[in-house]
Amino acid sequence: MTAMSALSTNMRQNRGLYGAVILLSIIYLIYNILHPRGFSSAVLIQNANESVAIVFVAMAQTIPVLLGGLDLSVGAVMTLAACIASVLVNGSPLQIVFGMVVTLAAGTAFGLCNGLIVVYGRIQPIIATLATGAIAIGLALFIRPKPGGDIDGDLNWALTNSLWDFVETYGLFDPDAPWFAPVAWIPVPLLIILVFGVCVWLPFRRTVLGRTIYAIGSAEGAAFMSGLPINRAKVAAFTLGGFFASCGGLYLAIQTASGNADITQAGAYTLNSIAAVVLGGTSLLGGMGGAIGSLIGALILRVISFYFRILSIDPLLQPLVEGIVLLAAVSLGAFRVLRVKNRLELFR
Amino acid sequence: MQSALLHLRSEDKPVLVSAGFIVVILVLGTIYTLYTQGTAPLFSPNYLLQQLQTGAFLGIVAAGMMMVILLGHIDLSIPWTLTAAAMMATAVGGDLALPTGIAVGIAVGLVNGIGVAYLRIPSMIFTLGVDSVMRGLMVWHTGGFAPQDQATPLMRFLAAEKLFGVPVAIFVWAAVSVVIVLLLSRTAFGRSIYATGNREAAAYLSGIRTRWVIVGAFVASGVCAATAGILLAGYSTKAYQGMGNAYLLPAIAAVVIGGTRILGGQGRYIGTLVGVTLIVLLNSVLSIMQMPEAGRQVIYGSVIVGMLLVYGRDTRSLSG
Amino acid sequence: MAPVIGATTPLSFGPGASPNMSDQPFLQLTGISKHFAGARALENVDFACKRGSIHAVLGENGAGKSTLIKIIAGVLEPDSGAMFLEGQQVRFSNPAEANSAGVVCIFQELSLVPDLTVADNISLAAPPLKFGMIDRRAQYRFAEAVLARIKCEDVDPNALVKDLSLSRRQMVEIAKAVGKSPKLLILDEATSALTRKDVETVYGLLEDLRQDNVASLFISHRMNEVERLCDTLSVFRNGRHVETFTKGTKTDREIVRLMIGREVDAHFPPKPQAERTAPHLQFNDLSWEGRLKGASLSVGKGEIVGLGGLDGQGQKELMLALFGVLRGVEGTVKVGEKTGAPLSPAAAKREPRRICLVPEDRKTEGLMLPMSISDNLLAASYSRVSVGPFIDPALESEAVDAAIAKLQIKLGSPQDAVATLSGGNQQKVVIAKWLMTDPDVILLNDPTRGIDVGTKQEIYRLMRELADEGRAILFYSTDYAELIGCCDRVAIMYDGSIVAELAGAAINEEAIIGASLNLHASGPEAVS
Repeated sequence: MTAMSALSTNMRQNRGLYGAVILLSIIYLIYNILHPRGFSSAVLIQNANESVAIVFVAMAQTIPVLLGGLDLSVGAVMTLAACIASVLVNGSPLQIVFGMVVTLAAGTAFGLCNGLIVVYGRIQPIIATLATGAIAIGLALFIRPKPGGDIDGDLNWALTNSLWDFVETYGLFDPDAPWFAPVAWIPVPLLIILVFGVCVWLPFRRTVLGRTIYAIGSAEGAAFMSGLPINRAKVAAFTLGGFFASCGGLYLAIQTASGNADITQAGAYTLNSIAAVVLGGTSLLGGMGGAIGSLIGALILRVISFYFRILSIDPLLQPLVEGIVLLAAVSLGAFRVLRVKNRLELFR
Repeated sequence: MQSALLHLRSEDKPVLVSAGFIVVILVLGTIYTLYTQGTAPLFSPNYLLQQLQTGAFLGIVAAGMMMVILLGHIDLSIPWTLTAAAMMATAVGGDLALPTGIAVGIAVGLVNGIGVAYLRIPSMIFTLGVDSVMRGLMVWHTGGFAPQDQATPLMRFLAAEKLFGVPVAIFVWAAVSVVIVLLLSRTAFGRSIYATGNREAAAYLSGIRTRWVIVGAFVASGVCAATAGILLAGYSTKAYQGMGNAYLLPAIAAVVIGGTRILGGQGRYIGTLVGVTLIVLLNSVLSIMQMPEAGRQVIYGSVIVGMLLVYGRDTRSLSG
Repeated sequence: MAPVIGATTPLSFGPGASPNMSDQPFLQLTGISKHFAGARALENVDFACKRGSIHAVLGENGAGKSTLIKIIAGVLEPDSGAMFLEGQQVRFSNPAEANSAGVVCIFQELSLVPDLTVADNISLAAPPLKFGMIDRRAQYRFAEAVLARIKCEDVDPNALVKDLSLSRRQMVEIAKAVGKSPKLLILDEATSALTRKDVETVYGLLEDLRQDNVASLFISHRMNEVERLCDTLSVFRNGRHVETFTKGTKTDREIVRLMIGREVDAHFPPKPQAERTAPHLQFNDLSWEGRLKGASLSVGKGEIVGLGGLDGQGQKELMLALFGVLRGVEGTVKVGEKTGAPLSPAAAKREPRRICLVPEDRKTEGLMLPMSISDNLLAASYSRVSVGPFIDPALESEAVDAAIAKLQIKLGSPQDAVATLSGGNQQKVVIAKWLMTDPDVILLNDPTRGIDVGTKQEIYRLMRELADEGRAILFYSTDYAELIGCCDRVAIMYDGSIVAELAGAAINEEAIIGASLNLHASGPEAVS
């Protein structure tokens, strides 16, 4: 088992993810080249700010998709979390922390409810989450009938800029210290999504529950016969999804310093999260892919939308171009069909 | 006979439960109105007909959606297909208005069908992309403004006028329903839909042209969405941006509440009819109560979850 | 009930009794029953199995072996009765519980997850953990060790299971079971997909396990395997435990009689005089994707041509190719006057070809299980029961009733779901569905698998009737007796092509087996 063959096996198995990374790198590079102020810290920070929410929502969507299902409530849970945050995340530092904890707990609890309804109510995820999404947005409307709210100013500034600003806002240490300089430019939002992706998702994926989720999506019958904890894994999947969605909502509230219970926006986030998941290499049939891929997929979607700002495309064409890009991206999977020689394999 | 009764029970349970729930809604609503206003509009035929008139739009969309859900697929492109058909119909105007609108529906249905049946792209994501493209096309076409083209007299007649005291829209809905029921129960196409939705491999190996069936169902869905769009434009005398957005999720909910399995293969049209009626009446009762949007959403979602829990477990379990 | 040899009867120990440990069976079942909708799978079964033995479970398809195994392995729960493990009563509500008690099963339908690696699958439910996360290195090393034990060092633990061949996958399944250090190992047709070499490895493994005082339950249809490996044999029939006996105390004939309950001979309807008719279905040099390599054969009207050979030599692909399911098929196909393979099943079933296929797996390829019997029967013949664009209910029920009568399908009502029927009746529905299309060519892919003896007889008779009506029948079977008894000619497939054609008196077990193994010498050969 040579190192080279191990590498090539790895590459083959993670084709979708590596393809997405390459695509993202290319289009972001070109974006920066075309941008009048490309490759600057300011642009990077702004891009990162605008990406966090959709990245989290995409990561949230990934986990139920890995099961072979779908969560149509992720956008709504994100919105609910944002509205809760807009009420609570202000005041004394203790209150701020409390507010953040409650926000995340609320989203996670909602995810837990989703999981319980799907598993013990034996309702298909699509329709269960369609309904719970409506409940979530309704609750969000109760909390924030009109857009508004109050987010601690320091938090807003510190989390939407670079590490330099973060350190300076909270007076942690001298931000101009030379040892800090190499990393001072990193945008905090970028760090946040990487930290959550790497420190929450990757370890989870390596637990038995994480593996069970993949097994369920790949072959649920085999997973059951092998003695894997199917019900617990399904509940965990939706719960973790709720957690990620609430992270996205918390950030959105902090970034915009307000909560907005907008049904259309919630719907758009949900649908875009599905597109991001597909772009990132996760199969809608389940069993293959991962949240890191969806993170990349979400970034790809965002960068495409950034292009419209710098290219002078008729703004009226923007939705059409976005739509065509989306359609083309999801049609990539069609190539497999052309190679199938036994038509029975097309029917799963 | 006995086994026929037993057979009846499992498939008809959702229909009976939904119908029962409609009665509950009407009763609760009437209690409310009697208490606050001293009237019982919910039981007045005029009021009910008016509600059904607006319900016709949802009903037609749900009819098309049901065909696609029976296959185990879903059509997320109906919001902008509906809108596009309306905008194109009003833009063209005159005698060609209706054919143009329907043509839009057929075209979108064909694209959806080809993507799902021939390219085997999951319907959830493909129709989503198509919806996006349709939105893009319409934004481009209208310049982002509300189009000022007027609906033709025929469109207004179909949507807003009455015939023998009954809104014409309800007749249109009834006509669509008759076509759908005939298709589903009495034609090879309809039987093939159930077979393909149940197990595509077995249907294919029985010599059913499953790909054409899928394309046909998506075309039906597109045509239904287009019809609803034309009617809606007639009702509002104009087409407008985003006019289809409010119909997608309620249409799916109506189909599912009516007992059609989201995974396909099982479901009766009468269930969809009852499901649409339930949602329309629920909405109208909530309007009477002047329930804010927040409350509506929560109740809407709770009703769906509640009813699905009542229908019982998803019968396709593992060890069966 | 015949006495059960080698096991203490259940009444002899209960709580408080102190049995002689060396006589105590490891596993004991008393009064186990299990019913499915309308069908009796197991009826009041008493069964016992000792440590340090390889214990065969024999019986026809439908005798209840699979259900028995699933109950022991925790996949199903019995409706009544009790199970004892080393004297303690146990009840497994899922396979995980069975595994922790040391009962491990190797299933016929593999329990592997295709999108995970071999190493992942071997330690699937209980991997080595470090800080709560799966320790990949330890898992890899464990997989390597287990694979070495079953002599499969060539399997890469980091390979995805879905990229392995069926035979390798079966070995990984075995590795997974062995890795759990079982006290009772159950093998349900575990050798059916294996290569010759792997089969020998498994035999060696089972013998090693026997030395280690592990109990093994071995289900197989291959009598030679059973005779080679097993020291104790149990026969089941119609859901009941018939008898358990030590190897060598019964002849093959007696065993078969126990299994089917009556004499072996006279199953098959008489064959007509061999008269070579003009070929109706012909194919030459059929090739596809390395699974078919230049197969050629012809079938005449009125002929039943059997297709034999070991599993997986291309028989299934051949039928799919003739039915239009495969793309990129090379070679020529001619049906009657029409040249060219059909492009789809829809094209195959139409004029002028009128080919039909009774597929391998009736549950996923032949039937729509939740739909009614009536709907399933009509699935290929809508145009025949239609007047114009509409289906005529009168024609519909007439056709359905006729089909039910002709095949004598036992059912409650045609509106019942086809899932409620027994395996044999389900298969009859599949066949009836196709007979409604009045086919000229009938392709049968192992139609009697998993079906009770009575229905098998009916199918044999039907096949002969259909042939006599002038249809051409190609009949793939994994059962030599069927090929010998039913077919006018037998074509043996090996590695994607037809290596032998036997006719008349030349159709016998030796010739079939010889050709299946692609032996060029004729004459008796030891098979195992």
